[in-house]
Amino acid sequence: VSEAAYKTTPLYDEHKRLGAKMVPFAGWLMPVQYTSIVEEHQAVRNNVGVFDISHMGQFIVEGAGGRDWLNRMLTNNLEKLSVGMGQYTFLLNVRGGIIDDLIVYRIDEQKYLLVVNAARADQDFGWLQNHLKVGHASALPDSRDRKRNACATRLVSRSEDFGAVAIQGPHTMALFHALFGEDIELPARNHIIDVRFETSNLSVARTGYTGEDGIEVFFPANDAVKFWSAVLEQGKTLGIKPCGLGARDTLRLEMCYPLNGSDLSPERNPIEAGLGFFVDVSKPDFVGREALLKTKEFSPREKLVSFRMKEKGPPPRPHYAVFRNGERIGEVTSGTLSPSLNWGIGMAYVSSAHAKIGAEIDIEIRGQKFPATVEKKPLYRKAAS
Amino acid sequence: MIIPDDLLYTESHEWVKSEGDNIRVGITDHAQSELTDVVYVELPKLERQVNAKEPIAVVESVKAASDIYAPVKGTVLETNKALEADPGLINREPYGQGWIFLLKIDNADDLKQLKDAGAYQKQIGS
Repeated sequence: VSEAAYKTTPLYDEHKRLGAKMVPFAGWLMPVQYTSIVEEHQAVRNNVGVFDISHMGQFIVEGAGGRDWLNRMLTNNLEKLSVGMGQYTFLLNVRGGIIDDLIVYRIDEQKYLLVVNAARADQDFGWLQNHLKVGHASALPDSRDRKRNACATRLVSRSEDFGAVAIQGPHTMALFHALFGEDIELPARNHIIDVRFETSNLSVARTGYTGEDGIEVFFPANDAVKFWSAVLEQGKTLGIKPCGLGARDTLRLEMCYPLNGSDLSPERNPIEAGLGFFVDVSKPDFVGREALLKTKEFSPREKLVSFRMKEKGPPPRPHYAVFRNGERIGEVTSGTLSPSLNWGIGMAYVSSAHAKIGAEIDIEIRGQKFPATVEKKPLYRKAAS
Repeated sequence: MIIPDDLLYTESHEWVKSEGDNIRVGITDHAQSELTDVVYVELPKLERQVNAKEPIAVVESVKAASDIYAPVKGTVLETNKALEADPGLINREPYGQGWIFLLKIDNADDLKQLKDAGAYQKQIGS
C-alpha cells in the first residue's frame, strides 16, 4: 500500500503502535483489525470496544434560515428535533436516489451538526453548497423566502478539525462514568451533550452502528491521542478492545443497518431500502420528494431484504446472485459469516414479489445454489439476560 | 512470520511438504495472517486431477473468499475434513493441523519450480 496517497486520521500512529492491519477505505488508511475481527466483534457484544471514526465528515449548518433550508435538503423532519437531539436521515438526489445517509444533531437553537459517511463527505458538501448558492442566486419572486433563508444560512465543513471515536458495548455506561465522572449523566438515546474532558470540550452522542449501547464522541483533532489513550486505559478493567472496520461491518450487518456504497446508492431510494420511516413525505418540499411519492404510489420494483442461510456452508458475499425456483430475482449487497450466530447472513435486493418474511430463496455461490430464508430485521437479537 | 526451512512455497502463498510421491499442502503463516479469521473452507473433491496453478479450494475469512491453488500437476488423494468443523485450524496451526489437501504428484521434477524458504521470505519481504 502506498501510504502517501491516503488520508490518515489523528490516531494513525496509535493504530500502527497497536499492530493494526491498515487498509484503504474511502480515501483513508484505516484499521481493518487489530488482532481478530471475531474477537473485536465479541468484545463489543460482551464488553466494550472503541472504533476510530475520525474519517467521517462533520458539517455545521447555522443561521436563522438553517432549519428550513436543511429540511428541504434532508428527508426526515427537522421540526421534530429539540436542541440536543439527533435523527437519522437521508440526502437524496432529484430521482429520490440516496446520496448519503447521515445523522443530523440540533446542537443549538439555530445550529446543526451533520455527521456523514467518509466516502461521500466531499460529494455531500459540494451538493449542499451548490444548493445553498442556488438559493442565494435565485431571484424569482416566488422564491423570496428561500433566498432569504439561504442568505441567512452558513455551511462549513469541520471534518479536518474534528476527531471522533465510537465506544460501543454493554459496558459503555461504566466507561463513560470512568472517563467523565460519576456525576455526569449519559445523554438519552439519539441525544448529544457537551462534556468537559481535562482541558478540552467534547461532544458525546448516544448513537452507534453496532446494536449495542454506545456513544460517539467528537473532539478537536489535537485531543485525539489523549482521549483515545484515556479510553483504552480506563477501559482495561472492562475488557475493552480497539476495533477495526472489519468488526464494524459484521456488527452492523447483524443489526441490518445499511452500509452506503453497498446497500445504499444513488440508484436506490429509501423506500426500496425499507427505510421509509426516516422519510417524512408530509413535508411540503424536499429534494427527491416527487420521485419518492411515485415510488410509494406504484411500490418499488425491488426491495432490500435480510436473509439467513438455511444450512451451515460458505458465507454469502456482495454481488452473489439470488434465485427463487431457478429464476434470478436479485443480488446480494452485504454478506458475511455472522460472528455472533456463527452462521451465514446477508442483505439483498430482490423483486418485491419475493421480498416477504419467510420467503425461500437461493444464493448462488461459485455456481452452486444454497438455500436461505428472508428474515425479519435484525438478524441478531441479544438473549434476554 | 514463521517460514519453516523444510518446506517449499508457491507465489500464491501455499506451503508444500514432500511426503514420498505425495505432497501435503496448506497456506503459509503470512497468508493466514493476511486473510484473518478463517470461517469456511471449501475442500477439493477426492480423485480430482488438477493442473499446476489451478484453483482447487477456497478459504473464506470473515471479509473475503480466496482461492487456493494446486502447486503442481497431480491427483487429490486426501482432504483435511477437520477443517469443515474447525476452519480456524488454519489460523492456529497453518503448518500443522491446518493442512488442506494431499496431492499425488505426476512428476517430482515439477517441485523444482517452487520456492525455498529463503525465496519465499524475500517475496513477502519479512
